[in-house]
Amino acid sequence: MSVHTLTAARLPFADIVAPVAPSGAAQELAWLLVAIPLASAAILLLAGRRSNRWGHWFGVGASAASFVLGAAILVSLLGAPTSERVVELDLFDWVSVGQLSLPAGMRLDPLSLTFVLLVTFVGSLIHVYSVAYMEHDADRRRFFAYLNLFVGAMLLLVLADSYLVLFVGWEGVGLASYLLIGFWNHRTEYAVAAKKAFVANRVGDLGLLIAMMAMFASVGALDFTSVFAAVGELDPTTVTIIGLALLLAACGKSAQFPLQSWLGDAMAGPTPVSALIHAATMVTAGVYLVVRSAPVYEAAPNAQLAVVVVGAITLLFGAIVGCAKDDLKKALAASTMSQIGYMMLAAGLGPIGYAFAIFHLVTHGFFKAGMFLGAGSVMHGMNDQVDMRRFGGLAKYMKVTWITFGLGWLAILGVPPFSGFWSKDKIIEAAFVPVDGAPWRAWVFGTVVLVGAGITAFYMSRLFFMTFHGEKRWTTAAEGAEQHPHESPRLMTWPMIVLAVGSVALGGLLSIGSAFSTWLEPVTGHAEHHEPVLPVPVIMAATLVLVAIGLFLAWRQYAASTVPTVAPAASVLTRAARRDLYQDEVNDVLLVEPGAYLTRSLVYGDRQVVDGAVVGIAHGTVGLAEKVRTLQTGYVRSYAATMLAGVVVLLVVVLVTRI
Amino acid sequence: MTLASALHANLTEAGTTSSGEAVLFWVLAPLMVLAALGLMLSRRTVHVAVAIAGVMVGLAVFYVAQEAYFLGFVQVVVYTGAIMMLFIFVLMLVGVDASDSLVETLSGQRWIGALAGIGIGVVLISVVVRASFPTAVGLGAANADSNPVGVSRLVFGNFVLAFEATGALLVTAALGALILTHRRRLGRKIGQRELADARVARGGRLTPLAAPGVYARHNAMDVPALDPYGEPIEESVSRVLRIRGQEAAAAAYALETEEPGSTDRPSLEGGEDE
Amino acid sequence: MSLTNYLVLATILFTIGATTVLLRRNGIIVFMGVELMLNATNLALITFSRMHGNLQGQVFAFFVMVVAAAEVVIGLAIIVSIFRTRRSASVDDVNLLRN
Repeated sequence: MSVHTLTAARLPFADIVAPVAPSGAAQELAWLLVAIPLASAAILLLAGRRSNRWGHWFGVGASAASFVLGAAILVSLLGAPTSERVVELDLFDWVSVGQLSLPAGMRLDPLSLTFVLLVTFVGSLIHVYSVAYMEHDADRRRFFAYLNLFVGAMLLLVLADSYLVLFVGWEGVGLASYLLIGFWNHRTEYAVAAKKAFVANRVGDLGLLIAMMAMFASVGALDFTSVFAAVGELDPTTVTIIGLALLLAACGKSAQFPLQSWLGDAMAGPTPVSALIHAATMVTAGVYLVVRSAPVYEAAPNAQLAVVVVGAITLLFGAIVGCAKDDLKKALAASTMSQIGYMMLAAGLGPIGYAFAIFHLVTHGFFKAGMFLGAGSVMHGMNDQVDMRRFGGLAKYMKVTWITFGLGWLAILGVPPFSGFWSKDKIIEAAFVPVDGAPWRAWVFGTVVLVGAGITAFYMSRLFFMTFHGEKRWTTAAEGAEQHPHESPRLMTWPMIVLAVGSVALGGLLSIGSAFSTWLEPVTGHAEHHEPVLPVPVIMAATLVLVAIGLFLAWRQYAASTVPTVAPAASVLTRAARRDLYQDEVNDVLLVEPGAYLTRSLVYGDRQVVDGAVVGIAHGTVGLAEKVRTLQTGYVRSYAATMLAGVVVLLVVVLVTRI
Repeated sequence: MTLASALHANLTEAGTTSSGEAVLFWVLAPLMVLAALGLMLSRRTVHVAVAIAGVMVGLAVFYVAQEAYFLGFVQVVVYTGAIMMLFIFVLMLVGVDASDSLVETLSGQRWIGALAGIGIGVVLISVVVRASFPTAVGLGAANADSNPVGVSRLVFGNFVLAFEATGALLVTAALGALILTHRRRLGRKIGQRELADARVARGGRLTPLAAPGVYARHNAMDVPALDPYGEPIEESVSRVLRIRGQEAAAAAYALETEEPGSTDRPSLEGGEDE
Repeated sequence: MSLTNYLVLATILFTIGATTVLLRRNGIIVFMGVELMLNATNLALITFSRMHGNLQGQVFAFFVMVVAAAEVVIGLAIIVSIFRTRRSASVDDVNLLRN
């Protein structure tokens, strides 16, 4: 076990904690956190149909086992002093060739443990939910295998101690996402959606690869400790490039602008997938990457500003799109995109924002997953209908779903004392903190975040009211499917209840005495408290007022008045929002068509130029040979004449050059 | 007095030839060139053969004039005697009346030929004329033990390997000629019996033809023989002569014949010697 | 008269022989042209031998003659066998390797 020594003078932060060796059984066995879900996935895939009867519970058990081990490690870390809360576990030497040495290891510190607990806890709940949700699906066992694969890969991602191991987990979750989005791949559009997600992720992966290459070229190593120690002395351009490349990677994985187009289509997967991967965990990997690479961003202020800008843009993008979506899951996806924009923005604000980004990530994980599970429950009761214009008045028929969903809704609105309030408000305050040398930043980003909160309130309330309140607008037998909404079975409702409890209480609990921020300090560093440009109470009041306005507008339009069952003609903005602000068309014009054009021109070039040259040489040779062939007259005398003429020429040449 | 001095073949001190040799050269050389031109330009193949024979003989004379006595002799025997005869045999085989038409079939060949020929002539002559040669020594010393001895010393001494190889070459050439001209029998060999049977079957003549008549005063081929009845047999004279009308009458040379019983013939009983 | 006159004569004979090869169609006459060329070479060799005073040129010429004899044998045999099949001694008829 190696211990890397760092000197404080070389670090951007003065109080980053140096890693120590693992102590205690739980920490030594940390590798099981990854191994158990991956082994379970392998077993379930290899065992095949024979395991159909017990496969799902086996998958649930694997996820739960990881949670138990994660909790044990948490306890051991909490028992250790702050200076020993960053533990590095060397697993094996992955690449060891001459001068090149890239070991693989794990890092157990507050940040990674937070993610571990979030992933395994919410993941296990969703595993349980899926047992009932996928009950009628013949491929349920395979579903659990993929879910376990995802959990294993995500844990590997957050527990990595180097960018290289992180990349392995990164790719693994991308693969799991592809497999799960396209789970019902007998429907072509689902398979296409999976491919779209994978390709968009791939662009992000390119960013991560470029960052790793730049790191390796300039620092010579890829593990966090070495990189963070050296980043302060690198050429600023290099660090900015690394930062921007990492941002690109985060955009791909977290569906931020400009790589956000895949998230809406990813709702083609089963709802538990949307809940786990595309709400709580995988899409937050980008935020994890940014926060983990904090020293890089601290050394490259321009990259950091880019992070904030990207977060701000996505925040508004998701909010606008969410206002116009009639598909329940797609509206929730837009909401996820927007909330992650909040987290990115917070992460880009520097040390003052890291802890709140993660805090919001955790609370968002609970309430968004809860809302997705609720959406699944609604779909389960309404024959897999997703058009919110055909819902309405479901509160009476699905009480548990209604209550748990409602609690999540209040949390995301940021209504005190629910958990969303504690995390989102802190982000809004941090956005208003002035930055030296750029006074516009506080005002611009603060306003954006504030307005975003208002729009969030509007569209989430719209979603809630359209689904559960108002008149019943269900499809009738004449329209094809008669609806008999009913509550979901217990295996589905209990996870929703647990998540609702988290949505309510978690925020408040973790905020007591800034417990969460203090917990994360070994990783994010201690941030001095700065006063925002507006007093805190003013900000809080403004937020609540905007939220109230949004809620009221939504109530008036969707609960108090009739909601048309067919989407009505609307303004330009609404129509644009219904088409995801033309993101697919933009992608087509900017990327797909030039790419196709490039391919066609390359093929043309290959055929005309390369093949043409080769074939041309062949033709030329043949033509030349045809001409030369006519020299062979077959007559001895002409050959003799040629010989004699040649001799004459030769003699003349020799004589002329000699004499 | 050596053969060389007898033939005035010795060179002077300055390396030039004697005047006799000069005369010989200037007489024979143009003739040889004319003969060679005849070889190139004649239409009848027989004329070509004669021309080249003339050139060969001329060359033999020059060899002797140049103190290469052995080679001159060999030139006559081998080249003119053997090789030219071979040529003439083949010419006869191919047909002497086949005259080469002077119309050129290959386009441009005549011009290229003329040009190349003149070109190489000009080049080589210019080389020879401009080259500087050492003073000619002459073969007086080399021929001290007579020319064949000198040549044989070199052939069987320094160049014996080449000699043996050339011998093998000659053997191979002879074998090659045999193989090349060998005709494979394609059908069954027809024997004499079959020939005779075929002749009888078609009613041809079974006996040989009668030979031309042999008379006391004339036994050339142009008089016919007489059959037992005293009539001349037409087939006994060659068909060629008959066609040409060169057959002579038998009566001109035949003895007068008497009627039977009209002459005094010696009787068989007793005889007086007179 | 110097000995170069013989060389010039040999050159002229050689040229005439070469031109015969190029211009005549009858195979036998072409062959005769070749023989003429060989003989011209012999004359040149013998002249050189006389110039240098040793008999090596004559030995060379002797071997040339022997080889020429062998060559004539084979060449005429070939012409005869071609003539047997084709009934013609023209070298232009053996043009199957055309193009």
